[in-house]
Amino acid sequence: MNEILSGLFLGAGFGFVLERAGFGNPNKLTGQFRLTDWSVFKVMFTAIVFAAVGLMVLERFGLVDAGSLFVPPAFLGAAALGGALVGAGFAIGGYCPGTSVVGLMSGRIDAAIFLLGLLLGTVLFAGIYPNIEFLTTLGEYAKADALPEAFNISSLSIDIGMVIAAVGVFVLGSWMESKSKGPVSSQV
Amino acid sequence: MSNAKKILSQQQYLNPLLAGLLLGLVLLMTFAITGHGLGATGFTTRLAAWIGMHVAPVVTNANDYLGGMVEEGKPLNAWITWQVLGVAIGALLSAFLAKRIHFQLDGKKFLGGSKRPMTALFGGILAGFGARVAAGCTSGLGLSGAAVLSLAGFTFLGTFFAVGLLASRFLKEEK
Repeated sequence: MNEILSGLFLGAGFGFVLERAGFGNPNKLTGQFRLTDWSVFKVMFTAIVFAAVGLMVLERFGLVDAGSLFVPPAFLGAAALGGALVGAGFAIGGYCPGTSVVGLMSGRIDAAIFLLGLLLGTVLFAGIYPNIEFLTTLGEYAKADALPEAFNISSLSIDIGMVIAAVGVFVLGSWMESKSKGPVSSQV
Repeated sequence: MSNAKKILSQQQYLNPLLAGLLLGLVLLMTFAITGHGLGATGFTTRLAAWIGMHVAPVVTNANDYLGGMVEEGKPLNAWITWQVLGVAIGALLSAFLAKRIHFQLDGKKFLGGSKRPMTALFGGILAGFGARVAAGCTSGLGLSGAAVLSLAGFTFLGTFFAVGLLASRFLKEEK
């Protein structure tokens, strides 16, 4: 497919679903961290499991070449540190980078400010890059980039484990939602 | 009203299981068509380079991180630019159909009250910086990286949620 069209269409699907799920709303998004709204976990786990199982099936039928898929390199220290900073930014700012675009499109000024912060954070990083370049390759795990190779387990076993974990997230999440004021179900 | 029409126009957010399945489908299609997943900060980084190219060309060209992107003069010329533009269009369409477009400064209740502009800015800076350290954000490394069962993806998600939980304890809810 043409690069421009595939980007626009897949991106539009991504943005549409995120908005539908309520992920342009910072009160809903951060409800995950207050443990009153488990939608972020539920949606992400479901999507990850669906895509992981789907990729395994497509690979079996020879429709997707596993070797040509992009697997991020295992700089685990960098991933952990970056994850911590993005998590803190999410909890304090109310969005992650992708959802701030969704928040902005539904008229939220705070999402525009968050996006401005994203650009400032990027400029700050670029400005001191020579001094902190080592952070981006921190904690490399040389043996493997993905779970099946690292632990010598089949993708099938991992996928089954993830399905069970996802069911657990729904059960635990729904129970904790029922014990608190529960999920944010609409804008107002 | 038909069922499909009801889902499109309703004010309530979509059930998380259904939303997750639809998101998974979009993600799977993205991998099948492009070989990589979905993202966001790939674009904001290129946007920073593009702004730098126009505001401070000498400094940006000389910068070790952004210089390479402006070398050919078109830092925004990438798939991720179209994808994020698509996200904006899709989100706008969805919010419009559900009558959810409201101009407002949201999140004051849980995120700093009258200091909400500061929490939004500070959170953005942290996330923007962190995404460059990890070479990805919640979408690019967390969601897409976990879907290909990568160690980096799961590691990112682990600290992302742990520190998010911790950080949110420091924010007081406004009554």
